[in-house]
Amino acid sequence: MTEILRLENVSKSFGGNRAVNDVSFSLEEGEIIGLIGPNGAGKTTLVNLITGVHPLSAGKVIFAGEDVSRQQAFQAARRGLARTFQIVQPFPKMTVLENVAAGALFGGGTGSVEDALDLAHEELKFVGLDAVADTPASSLALPNRKRLELAKSLAMRPKFLLLDEVNAGLNASEIDGALDLIRKIAARGVTILIIEHLMKVVLSISQRILVLHHGELIAQGDPRTVIEDPQVVEAYLGSKFAARVKAESHHA
Amino acid sequence: MKQFLYFGAFALWVALIAATPLLADNYTIRIAISIAMFSAMAVSWNFIGGFTGYPSFSTAAFFGLGCYAGALAQRNGIPLVMAWVFATLFVAVFAAMLGAIILRLKGHYFAIGSIAIVDLTRLITSSWGSLTGGGDGLNVPLLQGSPQEVSALVLYVMLAILIVAFLTSIYVDRSRLGFGLKCISQNEDAADMVGVNTTSFKIVAYTLSAVFCGAVGAVYASWVGYIDPTDSFSILLTLKVPVMVLLGGAGTLLGPVLGAGVFVMLEEVFWANFLEWNRAILGGIIVFLIFFLPNGLLKIQYRTLYGALVQKLRSAPKQAEKSS
Ligand SMILES: Nc1ncnc2c1ncn2[C@@H]1O[C@H](COP(=O)(O)OP(=O)(O)OP(=O)(O)O)[C@@H](O)[C@H]1O
Ligand SMILES: [Mg+2]
Repeated sequence: MTEILRLENVSKSFGGNRAVNDVSFSLEEGEIIGLIGPNGAGKTTLVNLITGVHPLSAGKVIFAGEDVSRQQAFQAARRGLARTFQIVQPFPKMTVLENVAAGALFGGGTGSVEDALDLAHEELKFVGLDAVADTPASSLALPNRKRLELAKSLAMRPKFLLLDEVNAGLNASEIDGALDLIRKIAARGVTILIIEHLMKVVLSISQRILVLHHGELIAQGDPRTVIEDPQVVEAYLGSKFAARVKAESHHA
Repeated sequence: MKQFLYFGAFALWVALIAATPLLADNYTIRIAISIAMFSAMAVSWNFIGGFTGYPSFSTAAFFGLGCYAGALAQRNGIPLVMAWVFATLFVAVFAAMLGAIILRLKGHYFAIGSIAIVDLTRLITSSWGSLTGGGDGLNVPLLQGSPQEVSALVLYVMLAILIVAFLTSIYVDRSRLGFGLKCISQNEDAADMVGVNTTSFKIVAYTLSAVFCGAVGAVYASWVGYIDPTDSFSILLTLKVPVMVLLGGAGTLLGPVLGAGVFVMLEEVFWANFLEWNRAILGGIIVFLIFFLPNGLLKIQYRTLYGALVQKLRSAPKQAEKSS
């Protein structure tokens, strides 16, 4: 197993507010990692720090052996660190195909616009959006917009994909579809970090879980250990939930 | 196919303008020159205002600096064409350096910052009397030849600038650069996130929006033979050029050329007939644009419009029958 991402004592303050406080962890290539924590815990901020959107206040981010602490967002994209936004961010007037081609052309480093469009076609097929390739992105409904975000990130040929609440706003069957897709992406060898509020989803998909609370990493490990961790129960899950999950997992 | 149509329409229009010295009087040639130079500046503006979606009002700063750089180079003994080239390069470098600073601003702030540049360059020019002649202006060595020859020469040089600008815009439109600029115009954060180096892309677009204006300015100075700060760094010019592009269709290839042509001719008609109303017309066009033509002349759905008109005409007689 090789390490793909390591954070060393990473902190971020906005004014006086410590959104991320002294967080360290190391992730292996090929894992699916769940990142959980209450609202405002600093999950999105952490993604922003890893992908160069915000400069770090302190600490280091090491990606594939390289210190990327001072990178800008576009450089992260070109290195193979792709992410989706909690609030989807399409290029609204471009077609779905062009949206994905943008990912291929810039993040993916495809040589020409034509090649990028070809590759975009492939990725649209992969996520099941090829039927709407030529419609403007703004005309898509939410589930398809989320798929578009995925296709766009995939076209960037990422090594590491950070998914910020890709399932938020989807109904149960749509979530199942999205999870299938995420597993298919992992099968391509992409390491995935997924932020998700629905515990059922996190537990079903993650091999490892990180828990943030008030900007601090309060627990990490395999899903079972983490949900039984008293601190996590206290801060996030609530005792009733913990008991229920425990009961369910004993039945299984 | 579409590409051919663009080339064809543009080539035809350029040929028509180029023919004026053979066919028409000096007054018409002046209008043709005006159309050529404003078209070149409109095509330039389209790089930043159209493709990239940054509402720049710096055009007059680039034009004015082009005027002065060309004039000063010539007065210091640099031959005519070299002086024009020097002015063009000078303005390009100026825009690239300025862009690195001013493009940190977005939206309204960028618009205000970019218009302040016009005032700033004008103030510097008029206060730096020892170099620029200050408010008294500068005489520029006159072009050699009869008035007809001079206007024909100026027309062809302006047209050459326009052609280069237009070909550049076609190239950019199809290239990686153009794709990135369109991404920036739609959603800059998302553009960053897919790996577009937004800062350098914007600087390139801003520089492209300047370079041809610098060239036009230098040639203009040689043509008129005298420049001063108010005329060279004119707020009216800085407003007119974007309005032309919006009139024709921002972000399209032919829109800027169409808009500049229509605008200059409209202005000419009104100029000739209602002298005092000239500025009111600019205002009128702006209001008209905002309310009726938000996407410009090129983006009107002419077919739908025609269909609606036919429907109206057909139903009108019927209604007349009913009511009688
Ligand atoms: N750009 C910013 N400027 C100032 N404060 C910020 C900024 N981004 C986040 N914060 C603050 O940092 C803290 C963590 O926010 P963050 O968005 O990372 O939480 P989160 O875990 O993603 O929450 P949620 O589950 O609601 O998405 C919050 O207190 C938030 O107000
Ligand atoms: Mg969040």
